[in-house]
Amino acid sequence: MKSVFLLCLVVVLAACQREERDFTKRKESEPPDTVSVSPLHPGNPPITTLEESKYEQSAYDVAEGKRLYQWFNCTGCHFNGGGGIGPALMDDKWIYGSSIENIVKTIKEGRPNGMPSFGGLIPEKETWQLAAYVRALGGFVAKDVAPSRNDDLSASPAENRLPSPKPYNGKAP
Amino acid sequence: MRHKLFWLLVPISALFLFLNSLGAFAQQNASVHGESGEWPMPARDFASTRFSPLNEINSDNVDKLKVAFTFSLGVNRGQESSPIVIEDTLYVVTPYPNILYALDLKKPGAPLKWKYEPKTEAAAQGVACCDTVNRGPVYGDGRIYYNTLDGHTIAVDAQTGRELWNVRLGDINIGETMTMAPLFVNGRVLVGNSGGEFGVRGWIQALEAGSGKVLWKAWSTGPDKDVLIGPDFHPYYDMDKGKDLGVTSWPPDAWKQGGGNVWGWISYDPELNLIFHGTGNPGPWNADARPGDNKWTAGIFARDANTGEARWFYQWSPHDVYDHDGINEQILLDRDWHGKPRKLLIRPERNGYLYVMDRLTGEVLSATPFAPVNSSTGVDLKTGRLQMNPDKQPETGKVVRDICPAAPGAKDWNPSAYSPQTGYLYIPHNNVCMDLEGVEANYIAGTPFVGANVAMKAGPGDGHRGEYSAWDIDSGKATWTINERFPVWSGTVATAGNLVFYGNMEGWFKALDARTGKLLWQFKTGSGVIGQPTTYRGPDGHQYVAILSGVGGWSGAIAVLGLDGRDRTAGLGFVGAMQDLPSATTTGGMLYVFRLP
Ligand code: HEC
Repeated sequence: MKSVFLLCLVVVLAACQREERDFTKRKESEPPDTVSVSPLHPGNPPITTLEESKYEQSAYDVAEGKRLYQWFNCTGCHFNGGGGIGPALMDDKWIYGSSIENIVKTIKEGRPNGMPSFGGLIPEKETWQLAAYVRALGGFVAKDVAPSRNDDLSASPAENRLPSPKPYNGKAP
Repeated sequence: MRHKLFWLLVPISALFLFLNSLGAFAQQNASVHGESGEWPMPARDFASTRFSPLNEINSDNVDKLKVAFTFSLGVNRGQESSPIVIEDTLYVVTPYPNILYALDLKKPGAPLKWKYEPKTEAAAQGVACCDTVNRGPVYGDGRIYYNTLDGHTIAVDAQTGRELWNVRLGDINIGETMTMAPLFVNGRVLVGNSGGEFGVRGWIQALEAGSGKVLWKAWSTGPDKDVLIGPDFHPYYDMDKGKDLGVTSWPPDAWKQGGGNVWGWISYDPELNLIFHGTGNPGPWNADARPGDNKWTAGIFARDANTGEARWFYQWSPHDVYDHDGINEQILLDRDWHGKPRKLLIRPERNGYLYVMDRLTGEVLSATPFAPVNSSTGVDLKTGRLQMNPDKQPETGKVVRDICPAAPGAKDWNPSAYSPQTGYLYIPHNNVCMDLEGVEANYIAGTPFVGANVAMKAGPGDGHRGEYSAWDIDSGKATWTINERFPVWSGTVATAGNLVFYGNMEGWFKALDARTGKLLWQFKTGSGVIGQPTTYRGPDGHQYVAILSGVGGWSGAIAVLGLDGRDRTAGLGFVGAMQDLPSATTTGGMLYVFRLP
């Protein structure tokens, strides 16, 4: 009985951790200039030390990203990760880089073959939350942070069950 | 059936009878374009029969058919277009970036005569719902006309390839594209827009063939004056009567993002001087956002070819809830119906019914399912209304399973053919059902306006997703049907040689006996076939058959765009039914032309 109670407590507390929100004024930074969509760097390659963003460590931000992904109609072109007009985001192929900074840039700037530029429409913080969710679709986000089962059609695997991808285009997952 | 007897006679008299039975259209067509061996528009004639009187290649010798020449289009996307032939030149247009090639049929191997390359915007690819396809060019008055994905209509000199005019009619920033094949009628070029998945308001326009100047424009939603509805508008059924229904059958202002795009086929009756064209699905797919009949979407208009004024309208799917666009081909036949000669319009429709209509009035004479249907129970011929099945009614936040036919319908854009020899309509079609969940749709201009999670699956049977049927118009049923593993997404052609041709998504291009459906010949092309076959007489006097090979389109999205099959909702839900396609074919872009040795 006791152990069941303890187990419950652990589960409940863990859930709190998942839902943890950050109420401090966080500084949203522009992606550093050194973020590029090409792995080729003539001359001296720039030294980039990209840290894992806070956003992809927070289940709350990733969940918000998932909501925004619907709201801003990313679903209409990328569906639940398998792609359509836009490429699949749940596979391990990344045309323009898989780092969160790259993804933030993709969302803001758009891409030439039909990715609209959402800069100006989506505020900075929401852009990072969206990018964190795209990382979750890509399998880059820890399983206890990524969203689990959907309550809907469930015709695609839950984000936290996606296999981790192989490193691609530079940054390791 | 009355034709059957005659086919025991010699071919010459057969041809004569064929012309008779086809009536004014074939004759008009032959005289307009001079040569019965030409193929001047994707449907070949204004009546959209896709029937060729050529019979050098026939059911006795087709097994000897060989490749005469090939030509690589240099674009490996879905090839839905049809090669057309005028005099000694074959014209073919690619998917985005919409390059137009002219091949010289006089020279061995049909080398390139010229190529025309428009500056199609790359960003247009982002607002093309279902691969970056193009459905063909059309010839008229010495020019080739076609549409580009970024919403331009272009006229090119058929001899030299020089651009004569280029007008922008669509705006990709609101998700508007152009994919349909124009129709050329008496010095006018008829064109329409795509964008039903982006909340783009549909229209059809007539352009002056010499200049590209807009002569008239008719919207598919909005006030009567926008739709070109005036005193001459007489719909057959009460449900289509009333003032400004294009506004009042919608929630306030919803018609402005209401779709009804004219992205499919237009037919023309020279005697009545009427054009007939369908309208696409209402937007968004989630119908909870738009209570009402949503006029004039998912229906068909008859319009005066000179002025565009609407004469009648009939709505296949009032308040469509399944993305059942009403834009398929309509075949115009003068033929007996229940013992009386009538001017008929035949439409194999996305909602699963084959409609036989009176094209003078818009009356539905019969509507019979040609594929498995459970979304509706029939068409009430008194009211004209499709009877919906409440068990399959989608709702926001609810998953409705096993709806047949699925969103692409029992049959999508890919056109059928009619043979006056057999009296059959040859229908390439789908056997696909779906699960659908309505979700909230948020209109952001230039992004999809859909509001649905869809996952498709094979329809009833052994998992086959495509069918090819010979439909007997008199008896109202299929005489024979051939099952295909994947949706039959190619068009088809029927010939006086007792043959029909079509292709499948695995890449086989096939010739069947038009009467029995027996497979007589097949050739494995490099990629899945979703194009429209055509047949013509070359400058050497011999008959040729042409087809484009290159998988893609909506059904082929998984193979052409490299989508991830684990997400069954991908590609507007078609991926759910096509997870095995990438193991059957890869992308391509090749013209194949065949002849007898
Ligand atoms: C109108 C269609 C459309 C919408 C809406 C859309 N995308 Fe895209 N997206 C595309 C296309 C097309 C590409 C590929 C562009 C290219 O290859 O140049 C793309 C590319 C991307 C990429 C780069 C993938 C890679 O392999 O590098 C990311 C990330 C992405 N989109 C995320 C999003 C997010 C997040 C949203 C919502 C805010 C969104 N997209 C909305 C069409 C769309």
